[in-house]
Amino acid sequence: MTWAAILLAGVGCYLLKVAGLSVSQRVLHHPVAERVADLIPVALLAALVAVQVFARGHTLVLDARAAGLGVAVVLLLVRAPFLVVVVGAALTAALLRL
Amino acid sequence: MSEQRLAPGERARIVRDSLGVGVATGAYGVSFGAVSVASGLSVAQTCALSLVMFTGASQFAFVGVLAAGGAPVSGALTALLLGTRNTLYGLRLAPLLGWRGLRRLLAAQVLIDESTAMSVTRPTTAAARVGFLATGVSIFVLWNAATLLGAVAGSTIGDPRAYGLDAAVGAAFLALLWPRLSDLRNRLVALAAAAVALGIVPVAPAGVPVLAAAGVALLAGVLTHRPDPTELPGAPR
Repeated sequence: MTWAAILLAGVGCYLLKVAGLSVSQRVLHHPVAERVADLIPVALLAALVAVQVFARGHTLVLDARAAGLGVAVVLLLVRAPFLVVVVGAALTAALLRL
Repeated sequence: MSEQRLAPGERARIVRDSLGVGVATGAYGVSFGAVSVASGLSVAQTCALSLVMFTGASQFAFVGVLAAGGAPVSGALTALLLGTRNTLYGLRLAPLLGWRGLRRLLAAQVLIDESTAMSVTRPTTAAARVGFLATGVSIFVLWNAATLLGAVAGSTIGDPRAYGLDAAVGAAFLALLWPRLSDLRNRLVALAAAAVALGIVPVAPAGVPVLAAAGVALLAGVLTHRPDPTELPGAPR
Protein backbone atom coordinates (compact mmCIF):
# COMPACT_ATOMS: atom_id res chain seq x y z
CA MET A 1 0.00 0.00 0.00
CA THR A 2 2.77 2.41 0.96
CA TRP A 3 4.89 1.32 -2.04
CA ALA A 4 1.92 1.77 -4.39
CA ALA A 5 1.30 5.27 -3.02
CA ILE A 6 5.00 6.17 -3.36
CA LEU A 7 5.21 5.03 -6.99
CA LEU A 8 1.83 6.50 -7.93
CA ALA A 9 2.61 9.89 -6.39
CA GLY A 10 6.18 9.81 -7.74
CA VAL A 11 5.19 9.08 -11.34
CA GLY A 12 2.29 11.54 -10.98
CA CYS A 13 4.64 14.31 -9.83
CA TYR A 14 6.91 13.59 -12.84
CA LEU A 15 3.97 13.74 -15.25
CA LEU A 16 2.91 17.07 -13.71
CA LYS A 17 6.38 18.43 -14.58
CA VAL A 18 6.21 17.08 -18.15
CA ALA A 19 2.71 18.53 -18.56
CA GLY A 20 3.92 22.00 -17.66
CA LEU A 21 6.72 21.90 -20.24
CA SER A 22 4.38 20.48 -22.89
CA VAL A 23 0.99 22.17 -22.50
CA SER A 24 -0.01 24.90 -24.91
CA GLN A 25 0.80 28.36 -23.58
CA ARG A 26 -2.78 29.45 -24.25
CA VAL A 27 -4.05 27.66 -21.13
CA LEU A 28 -2.52 30.23 -18.78
CA HIS A 29 -3.94 33.12 -20.74
CA HIS A 30 -7.35 32.80 -19.12
CA PRO A 31 -7.18 35.42 -16.32
CA VAL A 32 -8.93 33.30 -13.69
CA ALA A 33 -6.68 30.29 -14.42
CA GLU A 34 -3.70 32.62 -14.16
CA ARG A 35 -4.73 33.94 -10.74
CA VAL A 36 -5.59 30.54 -9.30
CA ALA A 37 -2.32 29.12 -10.66
CA ASP A 38 -0.37 31.85 -8.86
CA LEU A 39 -2.28 31.54 -5.60
CA ILE A 40 -2.23 27.75 -5.17
CA PRO A 41 1.47 27.54 -4.22
CA VAL A 42 0.98 30.44 -1.78
CA ALA A 43 -1.99 28.80 -0.05
CA LEU A 44 -0.42 25.34 0.06
CA LEU A 45 2.93 26.51 1.42
CA ALA A 46 1.25 28.72 4.05
CA ALA A 47 -0.97 25.83 5.18
CA LEU A 48 2.04 23.48 5.33
CA VAL A 49 4.00 25.94 7.45
CA ALA A 50 1.05 26.29 9.84
CA VAL A 51 0.44 22.54 10.14
CA GLN A 52 4.14 21.62 10.40
CA VAL A 53 4.75 24.15 13.16
CA PHE A 54 1.54 24.36 15.20
CA ALA A 55 -0.11 20.92 14.93
CA ARG A 56 0.76 17.77 16.85
CA GLY A 57 -1.64 15.07 15.70
CA HIS A 58 -5.12 16.56 16.11
CA THR A 59 -4.16 19.22 18.66
CA LEU A 60 -2.76 22.71 18.16
CA VAL A 61 0.36 23.34 20.24
CA LEU A 62 2.90 26.11 20.79
CA ASP A 63 6.30 24.46 21.31
CA ALA A 64 9.97 24.71 20.30
CA ARG A 65 8.97 24.58 16.63
CA ALA A 66 7.24 27.97 16.96
CA ALA A 67 10.46 29.48 18.35
CA GLY A 68 12.30 27.92 15.41
CA LEU A 69 9.85 29.57 13.01
CA GLY A 70 10.37 32.92 14.76
CA VAL A 71 14.12 32.63 14.21
CA ALA A 72 13.47 31.68 10.57
CA VAL A 73 11.43 34.88 10.10
CA VAL A 74 14.25 37.00 11.53
CA LEU A 75 16.81 35.24 9.29
CA LEU A 76 14.58 35.74 6.23
CA LEU A 77 14.19 39.44 7.11
CA VAL A 78 18.00 39.85 7.03
CA ARG A 79 18.08 37.92 3.72
CA ALA A 80 19.97 34.88 5.04
CA PRO A 81 20.47 32.02 2.54
CA PHE A 82 17.96 29.13 2.43
CA LEU A 83 20.15 26.66 4.32
CA VAL A 84 21.00 29.20 7.06
CA VAL A 85 17.27 29.78 7.62
CA VAL A 86 16.59 26.04 7.80
CA VAL A 87 19.54 25.24 10.07
CA GLY A 88 18.82 28.28 12.27
CA ALA A 89 15.28 27.07 12.91
CA ALA A 90 16.46 23.52 13.61
CA LEU A 91 19.22 24.68 16.00
CA THR A 92 16.78 26.91 17.90
CA ALA A 93 14.29 24.07 18.40
CA ALA A 94 17.06 21.61 19.31
CA LEU A 95 18.62 23.96 21.89
CA LEU A 96 15.23 24.66 23.50
CA ARG A 97 14.67 20.92 23.91
CA LEU A 98 17.97 20.26 25.70
CA MET B 1 14.04 33.78 -27.39
CA SER B 2 17.60 34.64 -28.34
CA GLU B 3 19.89 31.74 -29.22
CA GLN B 4 23.06 33.82 -28.91
CA ARG B 5 26.06 32.21 -27.22
CA LEU B 6 27.16 32.98 -23.69
CA ALA B 7 30.38 34.80 -22.83
CA PRO B 8 32.69 32.41 -20.87
CA GLY B 9 32.68 34.67 -17.78
CA GLU B 10 28.90 34.87 -17.74
CA ARG B 11 28.60 31.11 -18.05
CA ALA B 12 31.04 30.57 -15.13
CA ARG B 13 29.13 33.03 -12.96
CA ILE B 14 25.79 31.31 -13.58
CA VAL B 15 27.31 27.88 -12.90
CA ARG B 16 28.90 29.13 -9.65
CA ASP B 17 25.64 30.65 -8.36
CA SER B 18 23.72 27.55 -9.40
CA LEU B 19 26.12 25.17 -7.67
CA GLY B 20 25.84 27.26 -4.50
CA VAL B 21 22.08 26.81 -4.49
CA GLY B 22 22.58 23.17 -5.48
CA VAL B 23 24.86 22.35 -2.56
CA ALA B 24 22.70 24.22 -0.02
CA THR B 25 19.50 22.53 -1.17
CA GLY B 26 21.00 19.11 -1.82
CA ALA B 27 22.49 18.88 1.67
CA TYR B 28 19.01 19.37 3.05
CA GLY B 29 18.22 15.90 1.69
CA VAL B 30 19.87 14.56 4.86
CA SER B 31 16.96 15.86 6.90
CA PHE B 32 14.45 14.44 4.43
CA GLY B 33 16.09 11.02 4.73
CA ALA B 34 16.06 11.17 8.53
CA VAL B 35 12.49 12.52 8.79
CA SER B 36 11.19 9.96 6.29
CA VAL B 37 12.65 6.98 8.14
CA ALA B 38 11.41 8.42 11.44
CA SER B 39 7.95 8.63 9.84
CA GLY B 40 7.97 4.86 9.39
CA LEU B 41 9.16 4.47 5.78
CA SER B 42 11.99 2.04 4.94
CA VAL B 43 15.36 3.24 3.59
CA ALA B 44 14.43 1.89 0.13
CA GLN B 45 11.06 3.68 0.17
CA THR B 46 12.77 6.89 1.28
CA CYS B 47 15.31 6.70 -1.56
CA ALA B 48 12.57 5.86 -4.10
CA LEU B 49 10.75 9.06 -3.11
CA SER B 50 13.85 11.18 -3.75
CA LEU B 51 14.66 9.43 -7.05
CA VAL B 52 11.18 9.30 -8.61
CA MET B 53 9.17 12.09 -6.99
CA PHE B 54 12.14 14.49 -6.62
CA THR B 55 10.34 17.59 -5.42
CA GLY B 56 11.04 18.51 -1.82
CA ALA B 57 7.75 19.93 -0.61
CA SER B 58 5.77 16.98 -2.01
CA GLN B 59 8.19 14.49 -0.44
CA PHE B 60 7.99 16.15 2.98
CA ALA B 61 4.21 16.40 2.70
CA PHE B 62 3.95 12.70 1.81
CA VAL B 63 5.97 11.51 4.81
CA GLY B 64 4.36 14.18 7.00
CA VAL B 65 0.89 12.79 6.33
CA LEU B 66 2.08 9.24 7.07
CA ALA B 67 3.86 10.35 10.26
CA ALA B 68 0.62 11.95 11.48
CA GLY B 69 -1.21 8.66 10.96
CA GLY B 70 -2.78 9.54 7.60
CA ALA B 71 -3.47 6.97 4.87
CA PRO B 72 -0.85 6.57 2.08
CA VAL B 73 -3.49 7.63 -0.46
CA SER B 74 -4.06 10.92 1.33
CA GLY B 75 -0.27 11.41 1.44
CA ALA B 76 -0.10 10.78 -2.30
CA LEU B 77 -2.93 13.25 -2.99
CA THR B 78 -1.23 15.98 -0.94
CA ALA B 79 2.07 15.31 -2.75
CA LEU B 80 0.37 15.54 -6.15
CA LEU B 81 -1.44 18.77 -5.26
CA LEU B 82 1.85 20.32 -4.19
CA GLY B 83 3.41 18.96 -7.39
CA THR B 84 1.07 21.13 -9.49
CA ARG B 85 3.48 23.94 -8.59
CA ASN B 86 6.02 22.39 -10.97
CA THR B 87 3.42 22.33 -13.76
CA LEU B 88 3.08 26.09 -13.42
CA TYR B 89 6.86 26.50 -13.47
CA GLY B 90 6.98 24.36 -16.63
CA LEU B 91 4.39 26.54 -18.35
CA ARG B 92 6.55 29.57 -17.71
CA LEU B 93 9.89 27.97 -18.55
CA ALA B 94 8.89 26.08 -21.72
CA PRO B 95 9.30 28.99 -24.18
CA LEU B 96 12.49 30.15 -22.45
CA LEU B 97 14.26 26.76 -22.38
CA GLY B 98 12.95 25.70 -25.78
CA TRP B 99 13.62 21.95 -25.40
CA ARG B 100 11.62 19.30 -27.29
CA GLY B 101 11.37 15.51 -27.40
CA LEU B 102 13.74 13.44 -25.25
CA ARG B 103 15.56 16.49 -23.87
CA ARG B 104 12.28 17.88 -22.60
CA LEU B 105 11.42 14.54 -20.94
CA LEU B 106 14.83 14.44 -19.21
CA ALA B 107 14.72 18.12 -18.21
CA ALA B 108 11.28 17.62 -16.66
CA GLN B 109 12.68 15.46 -13.87
CA VAL B 110 14.81 18.34 -12.52
CA LEU B 111 12.04 20.94 -12.91
CA ILE B 112 11.71 22.16 -9.30
CA ASP B 113 11.56 25.41 -7.27
CA GLU B 114 15.29 26.05 -7.32
CA SER B 115 16.04 25.19 -10.97
CA THR B 116 13.13 27.46 -11.94
CA ALA B 117 14.34 30.30 -9.72
CA MET B 118 17.86 30.06 -11.18
CA SER B 119 16.69 30.12 -14.82
CA VAL B 120 13.44 32.08 -15.14
CA THR B 121 15.10 35.51 -14.84
CA ARG B 122 17.80 34.89 -17.50
CA PRO B 123 17.59 37.05 -20.63
CA THR B 124 18.60 34.35 -23.16
CA THR B 125 17.84 30.69 -23.82
CA ALA B 126 21.53 29.81 -23.46
CA ALA B 127 21.79 31.45 -20.03
CA ALA B 128 18.50 29.95 -18.85
CA ARG B 129 19.60 26.45 -19.89
CA VAL B 130 22.90 26.77 -18.00
CA GLY B 131 21.15 27.97 -14.84
CA PHE B 132 18.46 25.31 -15.10
CA LEU B 133 20.80 22.37 -15.70
CA ALA B 134 23.58 23.38 -13.28
CA THR B 135 21.03 23.87 -10.50
CA GLY B 136 18.74 20.95 -11.32
CA VAL B 137 21.39 18.29 -11.93
CA SER B 138 23.57 19.27 -8.95
CA ILE B 139 20.54 19.17 -6.65
CA PHE B 140 19.38 15.82 -8.09
CA VAL B 141 22.76 14.16 -7.43
CA LEU B 142 23.33 15.70 -3.99
CA TRP B 143 19.71 15.38 -2.82
CA ASN B 144 19.66 11.65 -3.57
CA ALA B 145 23.08 11.01 -1.98
CA ALA B 146 22.06 13.06 1.07
CA THR B 147 18.72 11.25 1.32
CA LEU B 148 20.49 7.88 1.55
CA LEU B 149 22.90 9.27 4.17
CA GLY B 150 20.08 10.74 6.27
CA ALA B 151 17.95 7.61 5.94
CA VAL B 152 20.77 5.33 7.10
CA ALA B 153 22.30 7.63 9.74
CA GLY B 154 18.93 8.97 10.88
CA SER B 155 17.81 5.54 11.98
CA THR B 156 20.93 5.10 14.13
CA ILE B 157 21.25 8.58 15.63
CA GLY B 158 17.76 8.62 17.14
CA ASP B 159 14.79 11.00 17.08
CA PRO B 160 15.24 13.76 14.46
CA ARG B 161 13.19 16.01 16.73
CA ALA B 162 16.15 16.13 19.12
CA TYR B 163 18.02 17.92 16.32
CA GLY B 164 15.11 20.24 15.58
CA LEU B 165 14.53 18.66 12.17
CA ASP B 166 10.75 19.02 12.53
CA ALA B 167 11.25 22.77 12.94
CA ALA B 168 13.54 22.75 9.88
CA VAL B 169 10.66 21.61 7.67
CA GLY B 170 8.39 24.51 8.59
CA ALA B 171 11.29 26.94 8.10
CA ALA B 172 12.07 25.49 4.65
CA PHE B 173 8.45 25.90 3.52
CA LEU B 174 8.42 29.45 4.87
CA ALA B 175 11.66 30.22 2.98
CA LEU B 176 10.04 28.96 -0.24
CA LEU B 177 6.92 31.04 0.46
CA TRP B 178 8.77 34.19 1.56
CA PRO B 179 9.53 35.82 -1.84
CA ARG B 180 5.80 35.71 -2.69
CA LEU B 181 4.77 37.51 0.51
CA SER B 182 5.84 40.93 -0.77
CA ASP B 183 2.44 41.12 -2.46
CA LEU B 184 -0.54 42.11 -0.26
CA ARG B 185 -3.02 39.75 -1.93
CA ASN B 186 -0.61 36.83 -1.48
CA ARG B 187 -0.16 37.76 2.20
CA LEU B 188 -3.93 37.71 2.74
CA VAL B 189 -4.29 34.38 0.92
CA ALA B 190 -1.41 32.91 2.95
CA LEU B 191 -2.98 34.04 6.24
CA ALA B 192 -6.41 32.73 5.25
CA ALA B 193 -4.96 29.40 4.09
CA ALA B 194 -3.00 28.96 7.34
CA ALA B 195 -6.11 29.80 9.40
CA VAL B 196 -8.30 27.37 7.43
CA ALA B 197 -5.72 24.60 7.76
CA LEU B 198 -5.27 25.08 11.53
CA GLY B 199 -9.04 25.32 12.01
CA ILE B 200 -9.48 21.94 10.35
CA VAL B 201 -6.61 20.16 12.14
CA PRO B 202 -8.68 19.09 15.20
CA VAL B 203 -11.53 17.56 13.17
CA ALA B 204 -10.07 16.11 9.94
CA PRO B 205 -7.59 13.35 9.04
CA ALA B 206 -3.97 14.37 8.43
CA GLY B 207 -3.46 15.81 4.95
CA VAL B 208 -6.96 17.20 4.64
CA PRO B 209 -6.13 20.61 6.23
CA VAL B 210 -3.58 21.33 3.49
CA LEU B 211 -5.96 20.18 0.76
CA ALA B 212 -8.70 22.43 2.18
CA ALA B 213 -6.29 25.36 2.09
CA ALA B 214 -6.03 24.94 -1.69
CA GLY B 215 -9.72 25.87 -1.77
CA VAL B 216 -8.75 29.29 -0.41
CA ALA B 217 -6.57 29.82 -3.50
CA LEU B 218 -9.39 28.75 -5.79
CA LEU B 219 -11.87 31.06 -4.09
CA ALA B 220 -9.48 34.02 -4.04
CA GLY B 221 -8.54 33.47 -7.69
CA VAL B 222 -12.16 33.45 -8.80
CA LEU B 223 -13.23 36.40 -6.62
CA THR B 224 -10.36 38.85 -7.19
CA HIS B 225 -10.17 40.90 -10.34
CA ARG B 226 -7.06 43.00 -10.52
CA PRO B 227 -4.15 42.23 -12.87
CA ASP B 228 -1.54 39.74 -11.70
CA PRO B 229 1.33 41.48 -9.84
CA THR B 230 3.35 38.31 -9.26
CA GLU B 231 4.13 37.64 -12.92
CA LEU B 232 7.70 36.33 -13.04
CA PRO B 233 10.23 38.19 -15.19
CA GLY B 234 10.96 36.24 -18.35
CA ALA B 235 7.50 34.67 -18.35
CA PRO B 236 5.57 34.51 -21.63
CA ARG B 237 3.83 37.75 -22.40
